[in-house]
Amino acid sequence: MNLPATRQDQNYLFDTQSISAWGLLRLREQLENGLPLTPRPYLTLAERTGLTEQQVMLAVSQWQQQGLIKRLGLVVKHRTLGYRANAMAVWNVSDERVSELGKALAASPVVTLCYQRPRRLPDWPYNLFCMIHGIDRNRVQSQLEQLVLEHGLEGIPHAVLFSNKAYLQRGGRYVSDR
Amino acid sequence: MRLDMADRQLIDRYQRDLPVSERPYEDMARALGLTEEEVIERLSALQEQQILSRVGPVFEHSQAGASLLAAVAAPDEQMDLVAARINRAPGVNHNYAREHTYNLWFVMTAPNGDILEERLDELEHHLKLPMLRLPMVEGYHIDLGFDIDWEALP
Repeated sequence: MNLPATRQDQNYLFDTQSISAWGLLRLREQLENGLPLTPRPYLTLAERTGLTEQQVMLAVSQWQQQGLIKRLGLVVKHRTLGYRANAMAVWNVSDERVSELGKALAASPVVTLCYQRPRRLPDWPYNLFCMIHGIDRNRVQSQLEQLVLEHGLEGIPHAVLFSNKAYLQRGGRYVSDR
Repeated sequence: MRLDMADRQLIDRYQRDLPVSERPYEDMARALGLTEEEVIERLSALQEQQILSRVGPVFEHSQAGASLLAAVAAPDEQMDLVAARINRAPGVNHNYAREHTYNLWFVMTAPNGDILEERLDELEHHLKLPMLRLPMVEGYHIDLGFDIDWEALP
């Protein structure tokens, strides 16, 4: 049995145990602030975390494959661009139908986020949430009416919560403290 | 806000699949017919103008730690004050005013569920306002960043 060379290669590529846990935690903390705008951003991250550039790149690739990082790219602030009408539409859908309906609504190009959350009775009877990032209120209203028609949502109790102000909008800080 | 063609192309092309390579901005520059320096300058400017919140990863919250959508019903005349207090709470990353009795909606994250609960308890105690806590049960939409409708923008 002569495996050591292969084993080591695999470790190097895909076993983050070969990278220090502290280094990885620091890397996640750094990544929550975004990728540095330096010619070699992964090297910059390496210098800040005590890892090597290769280790940083491998960790990021691996986290993408594992789904911890769901998207690596430019995070747009839609409101600044002119998407001023942000609506959260909520419905009270029966528990049997919520999953099926959620998937159908999520497939609509106007729906930018869609999820199920618990009801909190009596104050909050809604369990299905859809976000629509729209340019103006009238357009969003008609997009919503279209959704209601297409998915047979007439008669299902609902509310539309337009947002008129963003007090804070930034990436999630899961490991870094403030 | 009007952006020029190169900025639009940067955004259209790289809301996802940013290269993981030694010189990612150079790779992007080559794909768009720009120089590396231009790409970096443009990204910095877009960040400065608050058009981009950052260049970087969006973490999947169910794997990254605990996260929760919460809402409070603040008296109208105290909204700014309450919003500012919420923004100071650890782990808050989104906070919007919405038209409803529950008029402030925010997302809070934490390394784990216990810390998240503690943080919410503390905030609720401070605010002395009714709070909805709405953890995600099931997500139906993967955030890939959506295509910007440049023509329709004001």
